[in-house]
Amino acid sequence: MTAPTAGLPAHLVDFVGALRRTGIAVGPGESVDAAAVMAELDLLRREQLREGLAAAMLRRSGQRAVFDALFDLWFPLGQGAALGEVALPYAEDGSVDVEALRDLLAGLLRDGDTAAMAELARAVVDGLGAVGRGTGGQGQGQGGGGDRGEGGPGGRPSSWSAYQALNVVRPETLLARVLADLRRGRETQRSRARPDDPDAGWDSPFAEEVSRREVRERIASFRRMVTDETRRRGAEIRGREAAARTGVPKQGDRVDFLTANAEQLADLRRRVAPLARHLASRLAARRRRARRGPIDLRRTLRRSMSTGGVPMRPAHRRPRPGRPELVLFCDVSGSVAGFSHFTMMLVQALREQFSRIRIFCFVDGCVEVTDLFGPGNDLGGVMAEITARPGLVAFDGHSDYGSALGRLREGWPDVVGPRTSLLVLGDARTNYRDPNLAVLGDLAERARHVHWLNPEPQAQWGTGDSAARRYGQVVPMHECRTAAQLAGVVSGLLPV
Amino acid sequence: MSSEPVGQKAQKALFDSVDDVATRLADVGYIASTAVATTVFLADRLGKPLLVEGPAGVGKTELARAVAEATGSGLVRLQCYEGIDEARALYEWNHAKQLLRITASQGASWDETRDDVFSEEFLLPRPLLTAIRREDPTVLLVDETDKADVEVEGLLLEVLGDFQVTVPEWGTITANQRPFTLLTSNATRELSEALKRRCLFLHLDFPDAELERRIVLTRVPQLPEALAEELVRIVGVLRGIQLRKAPSVSETIDWGRTLLALGLDTLDDAAVRATLGVVLKHRSDAERAVAELRLN
Repeated sequence: MTAPTAGLPAHLVDFVGALRRTGIAVGPGESVDAAAVMAELDLLRREQLREGLAAAMLRRSGQRAVFDALFDLWFPLGQGAALGEVALPYAEDGSVDVEALRDLLAGLLRDGDTAAMAELARAVVDGLGAVGRGTGGQGQGQGGGGDRGEGGPGGRPSSWSAYQALNVVRPETLLARVLADLRRGRETQRSRARPDDPDAGWDSPFAEEVSRREVRERIASFRRMVTDETRRRGAEIRGREAAARTGVPKQGDRVDFLTANAEQLADLRRRVAPLARHLASRLAARRRRARRGPIDLRRTLRRSMSTGGVPMRPAHRRPRPGRPELVLFCDVSGSVAGFSHFTMMLVQALREQFSRIRIFCFVDGCVEVTDLFGPGNDLGGVMAEITARPGLVAFDGHSDYGSALGRLREGWPDVVGPRTSLLVLGDARTNYRDPNLAVLGDLAERARHVHWLNPEPQAQWGTGDSAARRYGQVVPMHECRTAAQLAGVVSGLLPV
Repeated sequence: MSSEPVGQKAQKALFDSVDDVATRLADVGYIASTAVATTVFLADRLGKPLLVEGPAGVGKTELARAVAEATGSGLVRLQCYEGIDEARALYEWNHAKQLLRITASQGASWDETRDDVFSEEFLLPRPLLTAIRREDPTVLLVDETDKADVEVEGLLLEVLGDFQVTVPEWGTITANQRPFTLLTSNATRELSEALKRRCLFLHLDFPDAELERRIVLTRVPQLPEALAEELVRIVGVLRGIQLRKAPSVSETIDWGRTLLALGLDTLDDAAVRATLGVVLKHRSDAERAVAELRLN
């Protein structure tokens, strides 16, 4: 049997290849499942096909965004402009009437009509997003909406730009206008409902805030639609392989902590919480085995069957998983600013899993901040409070691991004991000062485990002022730049 | 059908098409998104278990109940928890009764007694065996699979792969009909790759506004439509705020019921303030929402 070279099977194999290149492990078994899915479904129902393929090929939720982007490239909605019923308004001289377009968009944003917004996004990219076609972005609409794009007078554009299209439409600037529209709508509705109530026309800050956030989200989704559409059109010019390489977002667990944007951080936050739970159960595992619980009557009786009903070997109940002690030692200096946000998320998540946890933060001094991470505390203000603590900065505010370790040892001599797991979070850049290896070695000897999570790539360890290599000889150090790496560290910590 | 697994008796499909799934689930009060309807249809057609993952309260367990009701199948549920073992998941011999039988039959020959104490009468079937032995159409729900230990996953692999169970004293029992199997997980731990590979995967997330409105109206039919819409809007905004526990569909439904019970017909500030505890279960979440949405 030879590999398919044409038709649907070949296309599917090609799609699988693209998924694999982004790091989604799709095995041959999944490909076969996907083919079976295609045989069962009506291929003309695109959304069903999308969901069906996702069900057969994906194994975790974080892969969905990547899958969707690639699906749109390999199974595009259509070729060329593929315009719907919503068309761009044109002025008499043939250029796009931007004001009318903004009116149209404002109306759609107000009503939250997602389907029409998607159609408008396609039209906007078609009419305003073309780069390198004669007069550039403004297009040359001759016959109006429908049949432009493919055979347009300017020929095929050299590329498409979401930035250019959005710069003309400027959907953000519509926020105030849409909000005012909405407010007017609510007020008339209310005063009609209760004509005698003088307060009826008044709108509360809460209602205002809710609709503001709602409209902001709709604007953001319109921007996403335009970006997605640009990627699709771009793929037609450059080929989908090229578009897949550059335009498809990274999988959430491969995003670098130090360079994550706000949206990715929110995603990271969701990933870190289960990892902390995982870590807690790993650290507790040994304790569970070591202890014996009370006699388990049912299992003892069952065992006694092999000795004629005489209970020779009593069975014990497994004790509840114990909660080990954890000490966290976190660098919060400027050099790890991006990482410390992640540190705080991990600390907060661990705080909920461990009953006995002590948290220390340091720059060149060292302070205990356990009280700031009370259950249910909000993370937002914590960072500011930590930096305001006296004692965190002892000398000049440049991180000094050696002196911080020394202070931990002096100020809290009993904090690390034989049942403690010590977790150090930091980049080990100690500004050419004494790394104080002896203290860390001493702590490592006294603690049950010590692990060091370093947000720097391994290649940079030991370069410049980094003492990572030297610390790494004393305690196990793990590179921990993405959620995937953290998961690897956690599952490698203790074999279950 | 070509996709029917080898060695399995040809089995009547539960559903005709994806739309059929959606309509019949809607008839029993479960409003399914395209994703849900498609995966349920495929799980049935391909004869594979369906692994549903997602936040708490989006209707994972409810889906199994709805499928069972829509297809007239019996629902067999295996609730997983930490420490669940073979004896609780598969089957167990009733030792006490076996002992009684042995003591009561003093003098009977060994062969007789042995054959007797390992008969049907002394077997306690647990959910997995029950589901496999049932003659009627069955929906098997393995709930909160992530709570179970890794060893149980191995057991599930065997059972879900071939739908057969080996009882040493009896031999192998093969399913008469392949139960429609649904596994749920809150993703507190990664399930093993081997288990995931045997399943179709569905990530069930919060529904979009339109779908959620329909769900609320189906579940709380007395709720005025305008109020339901308002409710869904506010819950949508709450999900956009960084909360420890974002409100789920079940919270939206609870909120609707609460408003109805209190006889509130509009959702003004006072009403939201008074009932916010229904949607936000953590004190810090409620405080944060009040501050961010300028509710005070």
